[in-house]
Amino acid sequence: MSDPDLVCGLEIHQQLDTGKLFCDCPTELDEREEVTITRRLRPTQSEMGEVDRAALAEARKGRDFSYEASSATACLVEADEEPPHALNQQALDVALTIAAMTDARPADEVHTMRKIVIDGSNTTGFQRTALVAKGGSIEISEGEIELEAMALEEDAARIMQRGSRQARYRLDRLGIPLVEIATAPQLHSPEAVREAAQRIGTMIRATGQAKRGLGTIRQDLNISVPEGARVEIKGVQDLDLLPTYVEQEQQRQRTFVELADRLSKTTSPEALPEGPVDVSDVFEHTDSSVVEDALAADGEVWALALPGFDGHLGTREETDHRLGRELAGYARSQGASGLFHTDELPAYGITEHEIGQVHEALGTDPDEDAFCLVAADPDIAQRSLEAALERAHTAFEGVPEETREALENGLTRYLRPLPGSARMYPETDVPPATIDPDRMAAIEAGLPELPEEKQARYQEELELNEEIAAALATSEHAGLFDDLVAEGAEASVAASSVLQIRPQVEDEGHEVPDELLREAVSALTDGAFTKDALEDVLLEAAREGLAIEDAVEELGLGGVSEDEAREIVEGIVDDNAEMVENQGMGAMGALMGQAMGELKGKLEGETVNRLVREAIQERI
Amino acid sequence: MSTDQASSADQLLASVDAEPGDRVRVHRDEDTLEGRVMPRHGFSDPDVVVLKLDSGYNIGLRVDEGDEVERLETGGEAPEQPPAMPDDVDELPTVALLGTGGTIASFVEYRTGAVHPATSPEELAAAVPEAFEHARLDPEVVFEAFSEDLTPDHWSQLADAVEAAFERGVEGVVVTHGTDTMHYTAMALELAFDELPGPVVLVGAQRSSDRPSSDAATNLTSAVRVAAETDAGEAMVVMHEGMSDETWAIHAAGRARKMHTSRRDAFQSLDHRPLGVVTDDAIEWNVEPREPADRVQRSGSFDADVGLVHSYPGIDADEIRAAARDGLVVAGTGLGHLPSHLAEDVDELTDEGTLVAMASQCLNGRTNMHVYETGRQLVEAGAIEAGDMLPETAYVKLVWALATADDPDEARELFRQPQGREQSPRTGFYYPREEAR
Repeated sequence: MSDPDLVCGLEIHQQLDTGKLFCDCPTELDEREEVTITRRLRPTQSEMGEVDRAALAEARKGRDFSYEASSATACLVEADEEPPHALNQQALDVALTIAAMTDARPADEVHTMRKIVIDGSNTTGFQRTALVAKGGSIEISEGEIELEAMALEEDAARIMQRGSRQARYRLDRLGIPLVEIATAPQLHSPEAVREAAQRIGTMIRATGQAKRGLGTIRQDLNISVPEGARVEIKGVQDLDLLPTYVEQEQQRQRTFVELADRLSKTTSPEALPEGPVDVSDVFEHTDSSVVEDALAADGEVWALALPGFDGHLGTREETDHRLGRELAGYARSQGASGLFHTDELPAYGITEHEIGQVHEALGTDPDEDAFCLVAADPDIAQRSLEAALERAHTAFEGVPEETREALENGLTRYLRPLPGSARMYPETDVPPATIDPDRMAAIEAGLPELPEEKQARYQEELELNEEIAAALATSEHAGLFDDLVAEGAEASVAASSVLQIRPQVEDEGHEVPDELLREAVSALTDGAFTKDALEDVLLEAAREGLAIEDAVEELGLGGVSEDEAREIVEGIVDDNAEMVENQGMGAMGALMGQAMGELKGKLEGETVNRLVREAIQERI
Repeated sequence: MSTDQASSADQLLASVDAEPGDRVRVHRDEDTLEGRVMPRHGFSDPDVVVLKLDSGYNIGLRVDEGDEVERLETGGEAPEQPPAMPDDVDELPTVALLGTGGTIASFVEYRTGAVHPATSPEELAAAVPEAFEHARLDPEVVFEAFSEDLTPDHWSQLADAVEAAFERGVEGVVVTHGTDTMHYTAMALELAFDELPGPVVLVGAQRSSDRPSSDAATNLTSAVRVAAETDAGEAMVVMHEGMSDETWAIHAAGRARKMHTSRRDAFQSLDHRPLGVVTDDAIEWNVEPREPADRVQRSGSFDADVGLVHSYPGIDADEIRAAARDGLVVAGTGLGHLPSHLAEDVDELTDEGTLVAMASQCLNGRTNMHVYETGRQLVEAGAIEAGDMLPETAYVKLVWALATADDPDEARELFRQPQGREQSPRTGFYYPREEAR
């Protein structure tokens, strides 16, 4: 259902498996901790050449960032203790390949920029990013969707723990190349969003250089809902949930547009207070463990009066989209772990009596007015409720423009205001990369096959059935399959070795490297053993660390000629002469079973079958 | 691609008088892009126009004859709003801040992204306001040079500026310096004064100040604190103690050496404890600093010509002779060796009046030229042992000794006598690196 008033754009970030973008570290995650470094970031000078003193003061009392690293996955570049190396050319080739696949126009010279980010997720205080191409398009069932830009950027450090005064990161992820592709705001249905994301993801994976697995692709969504506002949803990891986020966001915005209407009937923004007040006295002997713990840690309890809001904040049981949740999101952005509000109280150990006393302290009417509470460090409690107050004001206007974080259940929560235009400066430590026409020509000449093209080729040229062809075409091992076939393997054998046999052996806990599988399939093609023994051979080789040749010998599979086999078969038939006499060809099944027991893996079943049949026929 | 005539990019931009900062629209065969013209990068193709797009990204566009450009608006001058000095706080000590180049404090020019050093007091105050919380800073640019371009003549100029500052009555002096040769300058400033009435603190940065993670502001603030708050009459180096923004080490002149190309803690004290450590809350001394004197008193000069060579397998006589002038410092191998066949050349050089000093490229430990035959031959040839002096320290000291002494014997004596902390008859257990605290 396409809705022209719903306008969505997508930004896809996919990690590449090419080695890091500005150093030579691998792109693996790593739990080892060899060093820990503590840093602070300081706002740089504004365009006016001056450091914003307020921002500086904030930064100075603000957070320490600590970074854990191991030499296996990070080096001095990630620690910001060594200048960046040149832009990874392999990653650049991947980006240029996607540009060619989408008919985007590549830059003639790629300039790396510093995008200022001082939340600690980059040790430098900026993210390095480079615009590689502009324009281009993809095709989905709604039609052609234009692309705006494609960039290569470094992934951020991995957050391990976020506190109000301290954040801890790991450096393993920092610097992994991300290819970032942004569509124009031309998607008009939840399904179109999913389809476009899938299409772009497929194209990136077709290069064979995308990382796979959880967290290797992240999707940001831009949504504008009629009468609502533009909202950015960050960090969707699950493709199948994309339509849910769009639908939920439409619903959320509708809810708050309606709430604005209802609120305006009972109260007005002018009734809102100047700010929160300290109500710690009320909770001196509280039974609420949350409040008690906060007070014990030199915290305070602050309250924000919300005149006329009674019943409008909502409860967990009623709906996912409730104002109380939004206020809590704003409070959280200032360091609170959450807030209590009157629509869900008494609860959490806070009593009716305490609620009454807070109302008294605020001068509010329990029948009409609401309030919310934060128990925390005094500064955090106050700032958190000031943020909540800001959101209470916008509740009268409808939906604020904001950046929201995607949660795993399809819901989102407030993260921060929409970013202004990014502050970007040239990364003077990285020389620009020239894209000469020869390089683009070479890339155009070697464009990867898309999965649907691959599947068609597998079905038509290799005569695989649709199901297997499709599974191979979308598998990350399609390249290995192509190699096996090129090396002379039967397509069906190559397919089952990649799709079934190797996974089975690996399920038993033995890693089968590509090289070992190729060796095994090649030995099979040369007749060293038979198809039905492939799994046993691989398992033996992987488990015992043997070469394929030795595994074959170890299993006693090596070389049985047809004549030797005939002798064995005739022996079996002779031993069962009585059965043959009585049952004639009816003895086939039983004797075949015995023959296979002796010859399995040494001779193809079809041949054994023929030899048994011949031996029986000779005797009847 | 490069030719004598202007590149196609320059011609195209010149055709509409477009300069960096101006907003232009570039029409090429199929597409049109709008943005501000940026200066080309040093490694850029000459036929490329660099535009800053509205998204903030810079992009390089190759242009040729058929392409067109329109100038939409001029960039104008960067908005000029002179930064103000912080209010004078009378009770704070005054510290002279002597600039020698390097980008310990710098501005980013927003139109182009170019980095300019902060030179005026106002610019510095705008860039690192927190340094002004500890002292009334009295900034002066002595010269502007990369530290790799400095010569002994620069040391003299700087010593003059330090002397003048103390004569004006400052409590301490901070010298901002490029890090490559900061350890040479520290030794020179230590030798240039018989008496110092306050600390002379050299400081640099390993990450430029145009980035949020720069070590410049915290290094500078720590240096200002040492200069303003401590009673010490000697030259020292203050830099990050480790990779974290937690502690800053105070190193003795003559013992500090740049030991890493890029890390924040590149400066290490060799064969010596760091003098102390600066934390957010305190300045803690490991070694009692030298008592400040009542007045400033100069000592000697740096007007002598000395060479410094590194011995290696295969080094020949020509190389030694080319480096030998009034004096020669050899960073010898091991205990202080050159290939034995060069002992004869050293003998000739000393006979010709060159002072030859042997230090060790091991950096840690002291020379001892009586253990092996080669060492004994070099001693007989007239070479002086540098003991536990670093080769760079020995070089600065030999320049000073030759320029200061009236005759070669006196120069030899000046070189051999400890003048500060640069040498000691005892070698402590500092290797490989004693934890500073």
